[in-house]
Amino acid sequence: MKVSIEINGTTVSEEVEDRTLLVHFVREQAGLTATNIGCDTTSCGACTVLLDGESVKSCTVLAAQADGHSVTTLEGLHGEDGDLHPVQRAFREEHGLQCGFCTPGMIMASVSLLDHNPKPTRQEVRAGLEGNLCRCTGYHNIVNAVMNASGQEVQR
Amino acid sequence: MIPAQFTYRRVSSVDEALAAVAEHGDDAKLLAGGQSLLPLMKLRFAAPEVVIDIGPLDELRYVRAEGGEIAIGAMSRYHDLHRDPVLAEHAPLLAHVAGEVGDQQVRHRGTIGGSLVHADPAADLPAAVLAVDGVLVARGPDGERRIPAAEFFQGPFETPLAPEELLTEVRIPAQGGAGWGFEKFTRRSIDWAIVGVVVAGSAVSLINMGGTPMRASATEAALADGASAAEAAALAAEGTSPADEAHATAEYRQHLARVLTERALVSAGR
Repeated sequence: MKVSIEINGTTVSEEVEDRTLLVHFVREQAGLTATNIGCDTTSCGACTVLLDGESVKSCTVLAAQADGHSVTTLEGLHGEDGDLHPVQRAFREEHGLQCGFCTPGMIMASVSLLDHNPKPTRQEVRAGLEGNLCRCTGYHNIVNAVMNASGQEVQR
Repeated sequence: MIPAQFTYRRVSSVDEALAAVAEHGDDAKLLAGGQSLLPLMKLRFAAPEVVIDIGPLDELRYVRAEGGEIAIGAMSRYHDLHRDPVLAEHAPLLAHVAGEVGDQQVRHRGTIGGSLVHADPAADLPAAVLAVDGVLVARGPDGERRIPAAEFFQGPFETPLAPEELLTEVRIPAQGGAGWGFEKFTRRSIDWAIVGVVVAGSAVSLINMGGTPMRASATEAALADGASAAEAAALAAEGTSPADEAHATAEYRQHLARVLTERALVSAGR
């Protein structure tokens, strides 16, 4: 079937199999590889993108379900002049990343979390990121990054 | 993992959905939010020939107070329910439970109707709807019928819905100020419950303690006789037949049911 999805402001139209998953469409049809395939079982969140502004796990959405809708990936977060998104900047400032494989999904989930709760508590940040698993170490700096991005004091 | 081949078909109204299921019958599967169905298809536990996407049916995405009842459209997403002001006022239990399902990303896609029809005994919302004596409204070729939650969950992943029927609405009584509690034990925060307990007023229902969500009848009877939370909770595992498998033994699940029931009763103010 022909699927047309507006990805980061550009419409990508491609003929794909009906069973194509959104994550594959983003990576292979749109050529945007910040969105990673991690667990492939809706557990790890490495494939998180925004679908009509809401975070979703793109390994558990069909490309066909996103037909006619808009998707934002990590590549679409920064400003036109290349300035980092406030959440990206905060992740950099707080060293809120590990090996980098899970980081794009962490950032997309954080953007969505802050969209609904602009001033979360640390506990709310942890609960909001429960769908993103980091296999490397811990979440402490990631929580710091989200607190930083929300303009709140970061406790060290 | 990629699902087996199927034909994708999108519908834009309930009538169109009913025509599509009438045409394809058993060969078709309805796709709501897809948070249970798509993983099953990727694992090849399900391989429908036709997938009918009812996700776009915004006509089934609503929460309305009607008299003493709350009507919830089947395509309302967990996220919608968690943030709905009507639900927060009249059915805070359901709003809370919807916010505890899976994770943020799953709650943005998963729907109450999808969860109920999927009838996973380990799912949260079926037990919550059972605890509040919800009624499920289904539409089919012969019109509409109402099925009480107590008759809806017939076995694991088994409901009385015919292939040509569509769940359109859930109706629950407005609970008002009745005390409620919700407890679940999971391996990871995003997992299905090893065991869960929902308390709504004088009703207690259990998650993952058998093939369906079930009421803890002995506990409810004890509460009616004036038992304390601890005394009533001690009876929570009576009549249950939980799975005995790698994640938890049956004995452990029955222990958890008693512990979590007491906590839920206490948080409900019993």
